Amino acid sequence: MQQSNTYIIIFSAVLTIVLGGLLSLANQGLKPMQQKSEELDTKKKILSAVTEIRRMKGNEVLSLYSETIESIVVDIDGEIIEKDEKGAPIIAENVDIAKNFKKAPEDRMYPVFKYHKPGDKDVVEAYIFPVYGKGLWGPIWGFIALETDLNTIKGTSFDHKTETPGLGARITTAEIRDRYHGKKLFDDSGNLISIRMLKGENNPPSALDDHHIDGLSGATLTGNGVNEMLESYFQYYLNYISKTKNGAIEKVALLD
Amino acid sequence: MSTQTIEKAVEKKPAEAILSKRRKKFVNDPLSDDNPITVQVLGICSALAVTTQMKPTLTMAISVIFVMVFSNLIISVMRSLVPTRVRIIVQLAVIATLVTLVSEVLKAYQYDMYKELSVFVGLIITNCIVMGRLEAFALANKPWDSVLDAIGNGLGYSWIILAVAFFREIFGSGRLFGWPVFEAIGIENFPTNGLMVTPVGAFFILGLIIWVQRNKTGYVEH
Repeated sequence: MQQSNTYIIIFSAVLTIVLGGLLSLANQGLKPMQQKSEELDTKKKILSAVTEIRRMKGNEVLSLYSETIESIVVDIDGEIIEKDEKGAPIIAENVDIAKNFKKAPEDRMYPVFKYHKPGDKDVVEAYIFPVYGKGLWGPIWGFIALETDLNTIKGTSFDHKTETPGLGARITTAEIRDRYHGKKLFDDSGNLISIRMLKGENNPPSALDDHHIDGLSGATLTGNGVNEMLESYFQYYLNYISKTKNGAIEKVALLD
Repeated sequence: MSTQTIEKAVEKKPAEAILSKRRKKFVNDPLSDDNPITVQVLGICSALAVTTQMKPTLTMAISVIFVMVFSNLIISVMRSLVPTRVRIIVQLAVIATLVTLVSEVLKAYQYDMYKELSVFVGLIITNCIVMGRLEAFALANKPWDSVLDAIGNGLGYSWIILAVAFFREIFGSGRLFGWPVFEAIGIENFPTNGLMVTPVGAFFILGLIIWVQRNKTGYVEH
C-alpha cells in the first residue's frame, strides 16, 4: 500500500502543503523585521560613503541620517524633479535604483544625497551619488561620495547581490573601498575620465594614478562591472555635476 | 514464617542510556576517523569559499548544524512513511525548507551576515554532507540516534572549516574575528599572505590538515 501511486501522490501533496505553509508563515512573520533591516542597510551604505559608522548602533545611524542627509532627485539633464507623472512627491530614499536601471538612461530618476556637517544645515560637505550596474553573477550597486569640488572621491560604499564571497564580494570591504579615496573623476581640463580598477592585485605603484586603482585578484569581471558602473553613472550625473559646479542648482534651491 | 514476597525480576530491557557507548560513537566518529570533509571529502565547496574569515564561517557552521540536526530528525521521524521511490525528493524538500528558514531568519536579524553568505546559505541545500547523512543514516535509524549523528557530522564539518578559517584569517588578514591580533601584540607590519585570502589558500590548509590527520590515524585510501 505504501508504495502505491495514490499513496505517493497524497504523501507528496501533504508534504508540499505543510512545508509551503511553514515557509509562507515564516516569510510573513519576518517581513517587517526584514524591511527594517533593509532600510537601515541602505541608510548605512549612504552614510558609510562619507563617515565612519561601523561602531554605531542601528538607531544612532537613523538619527545621524535624518540630521545630516538632505536628498533631492534629478533627471538626466541635471534638473531637480519633485513630482512624478501622477503629481505625487518623489522621495529620494524611496527611488528604486534597480527599477530605474531597467529604464532608458534619459527616463531614469537620479537621487542625490547631500551630506551636511553635523549640526550645521547650511554647509554641504559632500555629495553622495548612488550607482548601479552589473557584476559577474548579478547586480552590484554603491554610493560614491564626492568632495565639494565634485571631482575628488571622499568615500565609497559598494554592495552586491550574488558576487562570489571572498572574491568579487570583497568590493564591500573597507580595504577595497579605501582604494578609491582621493582619486579623481575628471582630468585637469575637466573631461570625465572616471576611475578604473586594474586587472590583478598588487599592481606596481607606477600603474596607479588619479584615475586607476589596484584590482581584485580572482575577480576581474566584478572589477570590470564596477568600472563600467562608475563610468556610466557619472556620465548620467554629468549635467547635474556641471550645473552644480556653476552654481545654477544652488541658486534655484535658494529661491525656493 | 515470613511471607516471601517473590520479587520477580521484570524482564524489561533497560532503556539505553541517552549517551551510551554506541551512541557516543555517532558523535565522535565524524570528528576525526570518519570526518565528512577530510575523510569522506564532502562539502568542499563551502569549505573553500566561506572560510576567509572566522565570523561568516561560524555562522555557516551553526547554520549547517541546525539544518542537519532538524532534517535528520524530521526524516527519521517519518522514515516509515516516506515512500522509497520519492525519498530523495522528500529529503530535498525538507532540507530546502530548513535552509530557506535559516536564510529568512538571517535576513531579518543578521542582515550583514545574510548578505555576506547569501549564495552559500542557499547552497547548504546541495551540501552533500546533509543529504548524505539523511540517505545513509536517518532513513534507517531512530530519531535520537539520527540527531546525534547529525550533531557529530555537523561538528566534524564545523571544526574543519573553523580551523581553515582560523589560519586563513590570521595569515591572510592578520586578524581573528576581525580583531587585529598582530597589532595587539606589538607587531605593526605583519606581512599578510595574499594567497590565504584566495580559495587556493584553503586548499593548502585543508591538504595540511588531511596530511596531519591521516598521519595520526593511519587512514589509507583504498
